[in-house]
Amino acid sequence: MKIKSALENYTFVLPAVTIFSVFYIIPFIWVFQLGLFDWDGISFTRIFVGLDNFKEIFFQDKNWWQSMWNASYITLIALTFQNILAFMLALACDREIRMKNFYRVIFFIPPVLSEVVVGMAWRFIINDIDGANIINRMLIGMGFGNFAHNWLSDPNTALTTVALVHCWKGFGWGFLIFLAGLQTIPRELYEAARVDGASAWQAFKKITIPLMIPVMVLVAILTVLGTMQVFVLIVSLVGGEFAGHTSVPVLRILASMRGSSRFGYACAQGITFGMVLVAISFIQYRFSKKGH
Amino acid sequence: MLFRNALLGIFVLFSVLGCSSQKTETKPSINVWHWMTDRDATFQELAKKYEGLAGVKVNFELYAPSDAYSQKIRAAAQGVNLPDVFGILGEKRDFASFIKAGHILDITPYMQADNENWKSRFFPKALAVNEFAAGNSYGITPGIFAVPIDIMTIQMVYNKKLFSQLGLNPNKPPKTFQEFLAIGAKIKAAGMQGLVSGWGEVWMIDCLANNYAFNIMGKDKVLATIKGEVAYTDPDWIKVFSLFKQMQDSGVLAQGLVTMINKSAEQLFANEKAVFAFNGSWCVNVYKGMNPGLEYGAMLPPEASSQHPIAIWGGAGSSFMVNARSKNKEEAVKFLIWLTDQDQQAYLSQATNNLPANKNSLTKIPEILAQFARGMDYATHPNVWGVSEFSLVIEAFDRGIQSIIIGEKSPEQVAAEVQKIKEREMAKRRAK
Repeated sequence: MKIKSALENYTFVLPAVTIFSVFYIIPFIWVFQLGLFDWDGISFTRIFVGLDNFKEIFFQDKNWWQSMWNASYITLIALTFQNILAFMLALACDREIRMKNFYRVIFFIPPVLSEVVVGMAWRFIINDIDGANIINRMLIGMGFGNFAHNWLSDPNTALTTVALVHCWKGFGWGFLIFLAGLQTIPRELYEAARVDGASAWQAFKKITIPLMIPVMVLVAILTVLGTMQVFVLIVSLVGGEFAGHTSVPVLRILASMRGSSRFGYACAQGITFGMVLVAISFIQYRFSKKGH
Repeated sequence: MLFRNALLGIFVLFSVLGCSSQKTETKPSINVWHWMTDRDATFQELAKKYEGLAGVKVNFELYAPSDAYSQKIRAAAQGVNLPDVFGILGEKRDFASFIKAGHILDITPYMQADNENWKSRFFPKALAVNEFAAGNSYGITPGIFAVPIDIMTIQMVYNKKLFSQLGLNPNKPPKTFQEFLAIGAKIKAAGMQGLVSGWGEVWMIDCLANNYAFNIMGKDKVLATIKGEVAYTDPDWIKVFSLFKQMQDSGVLAQGLVTMINKSAEQLFANEKAVFAFNGSWCVNVYKGMNPGLEYGAMLPPEASSQHPIAIWGGAGSSFMVNARSKNKEEAVKFLIWLTDQDQQAYLSQATNNLPANKNSLTKIPEILAQFARGMDYATHPNVWGVSEFSLVIEAFDRGIQSIIIGEKSPEQVAAEVQKIKEREMAKRRAK
């Protein structure tokens, strides 16, 4: 009877396990296996090189680690600026303000736009010779003419400009999730706090923040995963890696695959990158659990 | 009862026979994969014409942009399900990998048949790009492995109207590098933009740098560098890197050039916002679509040295390969012979403003295309050199030039960095 029951249970989870294995586990193992070979992606012969590709990534490939640093920088800006903005806007829309549904729709437009379209549009807004130069014109109009320059072609500002455009595109997701989270907080808690004489700041600190921590963790994990993998926006904004200043891991993987025809190495880069993302997510999760 | 069973049996027998396949003589259909958005409509028309003539249906399937096409071809190669005819976007090394994997038919016997009837119609430089010579470094059996459909040269173009506004003779583009740099000062003073190109996508930087490397040190020394016999820190290479610094300092380069994609560069030049552009002959069709009234001329990159002739990249623009595993390969070859015939090539050229690969189809092309065609006399291409540079060295080389243009690194620093990577890659190759 017990065996029958166990078999029944396994039967129910079998489709999910099969799909997960076929589309996630097996490809992961396969990509890892390919990472152990020197392979051009076309030939039927592969040369086994063991962990050489991984050794090269960790100890020789400065471009790879520069790309990781660049992606981390964009992620840091997204985690702070983008998410704080999203949280503040969600707080504003959670209250009884006029036209809040209109704002909800407006804030959700950027995330649903194609990254290529966003990149081209912002390139047009920012660039001076092949664009409308709107940012520089505004700066000059406001008396900050000294700051006007080629934002995307200056190595000092290119990455930050990319990061800010990425934040503009991405804050709508955070906004939506934060807003959904805020709406799950029972209003009675705020009413009780008000009756007890708590100020708005105290209610925010003692009710909103603690109850929103799981949502914040979720948004932070999604932000890290989404931002670390950014690349389409970079290609459409600056054409590529711009002497390494806007290089990111996915562009490096693509360069290994297409530019250098090193599929094995690209697979090793993919695995390394994937493991870094898993590690970051795990740390974030553990950290939030501890804090909670 | 017996009669009824017999009747039923006959009925079943005829039903089964009726369901069986009919034996008829059907001509095969040929599948062609390509990435050429601007030529697709013309290809479709030619395919219809061929079906009418030979009774063979040709399906041209467009996969764009070129990046997506490139990935599709690689995935199809890995799955051994390439179409009958396809093109490869990549370096000679990739081409060689496809051949080694048995994906590409050696078409040398077809080219040589009937006293080289097919081979003789092409520009030799167009064919050379698709050929592997004896003793090539890729280990490929000598032969021709692809059919050039059109040719291209990558040169500079200049805007005649803006030239006049700068007080320059619109029929006399600069011939020397010093003349070119001198125009930079005039461009700066007039508040115009100088040279535009897709240097954000880097390979075009590589192209111009190699043009000047041939001009300054000659082909033999360039090839010796690739073979590892000359270092990138050689004074001649420093001179090549320094040219980019000189161009930047003179003001002859447009602002933001290092992050410019070629489509933006084409728009700027077509909209008369830039004096010069560095682009391939395909630009004629692009500019015509963007600004039909644009007055411009093609010119060779101005010479930086009188020691060696300037070289430009040119040869086959796009080529088609025949799938060696295709059961329709004979029909595919026949179709490609027809497609590269004089009339079809002339039609393709006129409809798409590209240079024909068939040298007998060059009549009746616009003057600007003829200027690009004359550049074939100076054309070379990495695919005909027989040796190829390590991809990581090319990457460091191109990135280094970007760094020089933005004033981040000196030519000497870049040369040292490129050489360091070259030595590392050579050591790896020796260790294998």
